[in-house]
Amino acid sequence: MTTPELRIAADNAAKMAASTQVSAMKIRGMTVSYGEKPALFSVDADFASGAMTAIIGPNGAGKSTLLKAALGIVPRLSGEVSVFDRPLSVSRDRIAYVPQRASVDWDFPTRVFDVVLMGLYRQLGLLGRVKARHRQTALECLDRVGMADFADRQIGQLSGGQQQRVFLARSLAQGADLYLLDEPFAGVDAATEAAIIAVLKELKNQGKSVVAVHHDLATVTRYFDRVLLLNVNKVAEGPVASAFTSETISQTYGGRLASAQIDQLGLLVVP
Amino acid sequence: MSAEFVQLSLTPILIGTLAAIACALPGNFLILRKQALIGDAISHVVLPGIVVAFLLTGTIAAVPMLIGAGAAAVVAVLLIEAIKRLGRIDPGAAMGVVFTALFAGGVLLLEQSDTSGVHLDVEHALMGSLESLIWLDATGWSSLTDPTALAHLPPELARIAVVAAAVIVLTWLFWRPLELTTFDEGFARTIGLPVTAIGFGLVVVAAVAAVAAFDAVGSIIVIAMFICPPAAARLMTDRLTVQVWWSVAFASLSAILGYILAGYGPLWIGLNDAVSAAGMVATVSGVILMLAALFGPRRSRVGEGKGGA
Repeated sequence: MTTPELRIAADNAAKMAASTQVSAMKIRGMTVSYGEKPALFSVDADFASGAMTAIIGPNGAGKSTLLKAALGIVPRLSGEVSVFDRPLSVSRDRIAYVPQRASVDWDFPTRVFDVVLMGLYRQLGLLGRVKARHRQTALECLDRVGMADFADRQIGQLSGGQQQRVFLARSLAQGADLYLLDEPFAGVDAATEAAIIAVLKELKNQGKSVVAVHHDLATVTRYFDRVLLLNVNKVAEGPVASAFTSETISQTYGGRLASAQIDQLGLLVVP
Repeated sequence: MSAEFVQLSLTPILIGTLAAIACALPGNFLILRKQALIGDAISHVVLPGIVVAFLLTGTIAAVPMLIGAGAAAVVAVLLIEAIKRLGRIDPGAAMGVVFTALFAGGVLLLEQSDTSGVHLDVEHALMGSLESLIWLDATGWSSLTDPTALAHLPPELARIAVVAAAVIVLTWLFWRPLELTTFDEGFARTIGLPVTAIGFGLVVVAAVAAVAAFDAVGSIIVIAMFICPPAAARLMTDRLTVQVWWSVAFASLSAILGYILAGYGPLWIGLNDAVSAAGMVATVSGVILMLAALFGPRRSRVGEGKGGA
């Protein structure tokens, strides 16, 4: 994943992303509260179209909540969301959401193939028959994440990384323009991380937009074009080169990240 | 023997089987949603609803009973939510409090009201009255084609048949949304499925099944029908469709075998009196679950085959 080609591709895309005007998703004044403490407070965000954006922040910063509230999975106290400049309700077919792996019961009695078919629900509807082309789409999506051989496996028999790839395959089946992933690299093996990032970069090269909640500061510059730094409030937003600085990082993480660790990231110190 | 069977055993077995199937179908999804206790809550909560419906209408006709029980179930769900949110009490505890209190209220109400003219008392509410749902006009298998005899089938049979058919059709119709929302609620919301409405609909269907089964197996034993057949079925397979078919098979087996064992079992071992059919049906379903837990092919799923690549 550190091949020169990918780096060049990422650089090119970063330049392109900087010039893009349309927002894939625009969030205004998002406030969410679980109980008394706000999880997010009046957050504005613009996820650029055709770019890969990382949402970064410490535990409890509201990263996953931002995605869930924007998609209506958790209720919000206030906030407006538009997707490709249209309301969410009319843009559902353009969105694919990949939840945290731990959010579902992997003991559920179903097979890998059937999980991917769930991504085709909006095409199939209540009683539409699963036709050969649907099966083919599902198998192609499994193939793209390197899981075609596992189609008939019960999902509980997969490793964490394999489960994550199945979720990614389901989102590919949705054929969306905006992919929202909640911690896609959490607890996965190195091979899976490489496979996922390759698929995401491929999506970006097709002009799709990708937003991922991300934990590993060390890989941000390699994987993503843009960042949103979040800690209940928005700290910074923009291209990695200008928004992901030692200053914004320490602002986001407060005292939780030693300056020595920030130095290891090899970032420019903005005066 | 066969005339006696048609007269005394055929209709109770049919009613018991249909009731078991009507409960087992929603039970599959309740268990997978870790909401098996909702089945328990429903089976308790329908009692006050039925009693209130009787007090208001003076009859135990199907429609008022269903409406009363449905209303009680809705009240219970709202109460559980209210206690959960206002008192910040653990959902399990909130459910336990609500369904026990409502059931107890139903029993008190039942004792205080004059139900001597109808077939509604505490024992019936607890145990059901499967044995009394006989077909007196039947003279043998030929009665199945005799319009006069058919006209005197116990009315409970038609009622449970309609409910079982409705449950089957709804399960078939909403299969995909049920599967999707049960497996991955967050994802289901993002593709625009009305997750809350589907969850509520499932509970309402379970409540209707519980009321209809009330006649056959009584309020308490309904819980066995909600949980045992689907739980045993889960241990037989790793596919939801197959699991649901197994649950239907286990539910039917429990009802048929349970009734026969209750009616004839004591005679076989030299005792004079039959035992409670509802009790035996629940016991058989429990034995099936135990056997599935001991010998089912998918009984040791946790940690099995992890990282099989």
